[in-house]
Amino acid sequence: MDANALILLGTLATSLVSAGVIFLLAESRHTVRSIFNLAAALLKVILVGWMIWGVYNALEYEVRFTIIEGVDFILRADALGMMFVGLSSVLWLFTTVYAIGYLEGAPNRSRFFGFFSLCVASTVGIALAGNLFTFLLFYELLTLSTYPLVVHRGTRESLRAGRIYLFYTLGGGALLLLGVVALHVLVGDTEFRPGGVLDHLDPTLYPLLVGIFAIMIIGLGVKAALVPLHVWLPLAMVAPAPVSALLHAVAVVKAGAFGIARVVYDVYGIEFTFSLGLLTPLAIAASITILYASLRALMQADLKKRLAFSTVSQVSYIILGISLFGPVGTLGGLVHLLHQGLMKITLFFCAGNYAETLGIHKIHELDGAGWRMPATSVAFTLGAFGMIGVPPMAGFISKWYLGIGALEAGMNWVLAVLIISSLLNAAYFLPILYRLWFGTRERPWCEERARGRYETSMWLLLPTLATAAFALSAGLLAGMPFSPLYWAELIVTREYL
Amino acid sequence: MIGLWSIPLLFALPLALGILTLLVAPAWRVRLSLLGLIPLIVASVAVAAGLVLDGPQVYALGDWDAPLGINLMVDGLAVGMILLTTLVASLCALYAAVYLRDLPASSSFFWPLLWFLWAGMNGIWLAEDIFNLYVGLEVMGLAAVGMVALRATPPALAAAMRYLLAALLGSLAYLLGVALLYANYGTLSMAGLHEVATPQVTTHVALALVILGLLLKTALFPLHAWLPPAHGGALTPVSALLSALVIKASFYILLRFWITLGPEVTPLFTAQLLGALGAGAVFYGGWMAWRQEHLKQLVAYSTVAQIGYLFLFFPLVTGTSPEAARLAWDGTLMMLIAHALAKAALFLSAGNLILAIGSPQISHMVGVSRFRPLSLFSFGLAGVSLMGLPPSGGFTAKWLLLHSAILSGQWWWLVVLLIGGLLSAAYIFKVFRVSFREGPQTDYLATPPRVLDVTAMVLALGAILIGLTAYQPLHWLRLGSPFGAG
Repeated sequence: MDANALILLGTLATSLVSAGVIFLLAESRHTVRSIFNLAAALLKVILVGWMIWGVYNALEYEVRFTIIEGVDFILRADALGMMFVGLSSVLWLFTTVYAIGYLEGAPNRSRFFGFFSLCVASTVGIALAGNLFTFLLFYELLTLSTYPLVVHRGTRESLRAGRIYLFYTLGGGALLLLGVVALHVLVGDTEFRPGGVLDHLDPTLYPLLVGIFAIMIIGLGVKAALVPLHVWLPLAMVAPAPVSALLHAVAVVKAGAFGIARVVYDVYGIEFTFSLGLLTPLAIAASITILYASLRALMQADLKKRLAFSTVSQVSYIILGISLFGPVGTLGGLVHLLHQGLMKITLFFCAGNYAETLGIHKIHELDGAGWRMPATSVAFTLGAFGMIGVPPMAGFISKWYLGIGALEAGMNWVLAVLIISSLLNAAYFLPILYRLWFGTRERPWCEERARGRYETSMWLLLPTLATAAFALSAGLLAGMPFSPLYWAELIVTREYL
Repeated sequence: MIGLWSIPLLFALPLALGILTLLVAPAWRVRLSLLGLIPLIVASVAVAAGLVLDGPQVYALGDWDAPLGINLMVDGLAVGMILLTTLVASLCALYAAVYLRDLPASSSFFWPLLWFLWAGMNGIWLAEDIFNLYVGLEVMGLAAVGMVALRATPPALAAAMRYLLAALLGSLAYLLGVALLYANYGTLSMAGLHEVATPQVTTHVALALVILGLLLKTALFPLHAWLPPAHGGALTPVSALLSALVIKASFYILLRFWITLGPEVTPLFTAQLLGALGAGAVFYGGWMAWRQEHLKQLVAYSTVAQIGYLFLFFPLVTGTSPEAARLAWDGTLMMLIAHALAKAALFLSAGNLILAIGSPQISHMVGVSRFRPLSLFSFGLAGVSLMGLPPSGGFTAKWLLLHSAILSGQWWWLVVLLIGGLLSAAYIFKVFRVSFREGPQTDYLATPPRVLDVTAMVLALGAILIGLTAYQPLHWLRLGSPFGAG
């Protein structure tokens, strides 16, 4: 086994091993656990950074062994996968910091951090999977390891959310399994390859391929929260804030969106998908999700619920980008995978800060909170502007390329979807900003807990500011090397050439 | 050479230990038994090494050839079952040594019964003729009934009595079938039957009797009624042994019969019927498991459901392409191994949870995830395999069976496999839902000895790991089978 393979395994092992160690540590050993967890997260970021440089220079990172005849377990680092690994490893680090502060004094922390690391391990596995079998393996592991986090609080409400979460995700997983096995019967081990692996098949099989595609998209659409398969996501917001932030806004929904990207680009191939006529239905499903979820977000009075519906809608921008045939649309979709993650995690961190510091859960309670917690509120404002798509925020870049991609693909109606959804985004974010900065608080703040000298604990504040800064610079510095946009361009050139 | 020499030890040792443990004072039975595990493990490993080095062979006991002597078949399947038995039964014995410490009356009879059970099972795995299979079946069955009765409470005795009747009726039907075959073909050897058996009325009547008897002993739906009280009500290590290994023995015999008689003799209709009964078991068992209020009853009904998957072997292997048949063989054996490991782990960890909360009620498990995380984690890992979610043996098995079903164009079995997985998730997570609830806990929370948790964990990890390392074991299991060694 060469050094590159070890680095590849290392990125997976940092979170997998730390999960094991955390489970074995006694509940009371908080300091040891925190130090170990942070060290693992930091090591992972370093290893991933190393690999991103390697993939950029076209180095090969691959590990494979045979599980059963004709089925290999393959981990491989490619440009698309590195995008997702990079996102989850950086955000794991920040969320760990945040979670240590958030859960201070709470029970069951060993279980929480153990499963949290296991979730990140699954996400990294999903990103690095080199074939559909390996992808499926980690995709289901993600479902299993998220469940204890959803029900973490152990209340009736969270147990109900957990049950519905399992109902949807296990059902989706079963469909995906069926699709994967069916493809396996047709073409053998389905390794991911830019341009796809199916276009050599006999045309009489095309109807079957369309059916398999539909089954797999439904299976993946559950996690990507495509309407009407999104029901679990707003309910899962009962989980602690770090879980909502990293898992429900980033890892789980992205796993679904990333899976759809893999199926379209590396299994079917974008040109073959296009020739089967499958891109338009996908675009329609994504558009319906975008508009419907934005409308629902408008109606929410609870801050986290509104953010949840916003997630449902924003993740479908990625799927919309995938379904636009042509390099620019792809670019818009892929870059949004990163942009949405950075912006949405910032917003969820802020929501957690308001809830933990001031006990605010409802939007109408936010009046004047901007002056009580200025740093958090600046971060929230940046994230919200990004979501609306105000230049020069990251969200603007995504929407710009999506719009041009739509025109290039000859789907002009998508432009209308983008404009309406941006208006809706503004309609549900601007009132919050108005309340933050221009509302006035009549009663004194009911402080949940005294949290240090600053507006809140530094454990909560620093990750929020860091992700907000990332989201801002992703937009401002989009033209620089190794910006999200730059990396997405790299993927696009490798897919379309 | 060492492999050959060890073969007779595989049932001579358990038989000798069974008699010895009866003779010594009860206090010495545990120590003698734990000591006896060592040579038995060595012999099992030696036989397995012999298979890998020298390939499959037929071993004539005492150099007497059939029909005078007894022939033993040492192929991949037999050795696989021997290793599985050694692993699971050794860990269950370790568990029992600690678990039964406070139950001296049960303990003193547990050990001799365990050794007779073991001898019976090893006899079945190695038998080359259908009459010795019967002998093994009876030895194993009677020992198993005795083990169910060990708890000596009225419900346990009633369950044991039902089990005894079912077991006797089953082996009687089997014996009748064997007698018919012997009268017709004049041979008991499986190799002989393979040569001469033809599809005629006598063969089919005999086959029907054999199948009926074995289905009763395997507790396939709708002949499962004896299983939940027997498995769910027995002492924990006994439940684990029965669910993991004993019911597999009768399935194993049916599997041997099926491949011995070959596709010319085995009727397509029967194969589909067996598959349909398996599907019924998956649905009914899963549904009933979900409805149970007692933890061990839930696990017992889960066994009823999981047996169903094994019976998909028959429709997938009869009248299908060689590739589909090989996948079905691989998938069924993987399912069998994964279920043995996972179910033993599930019963042992359920026993640990019951020890901790002092109640068999699932609803009393509130908050147990905080206080007994390790027991619950073993339960969860075993559950992952039973649900057929990756990475686990159950998943790899399901993958192979799905592949085989699609390849042979029998899409209806896909529904069984997928819905069955969701049903198992429903009953496994039913336990987890309660355990994650925060609230007033029961006032009794004991700490079981560490050995109990460790044995359950080792079995659960085995069920997970076998899924990731299935390639070589499946290759060895194919040695000497009609599905090629490739």
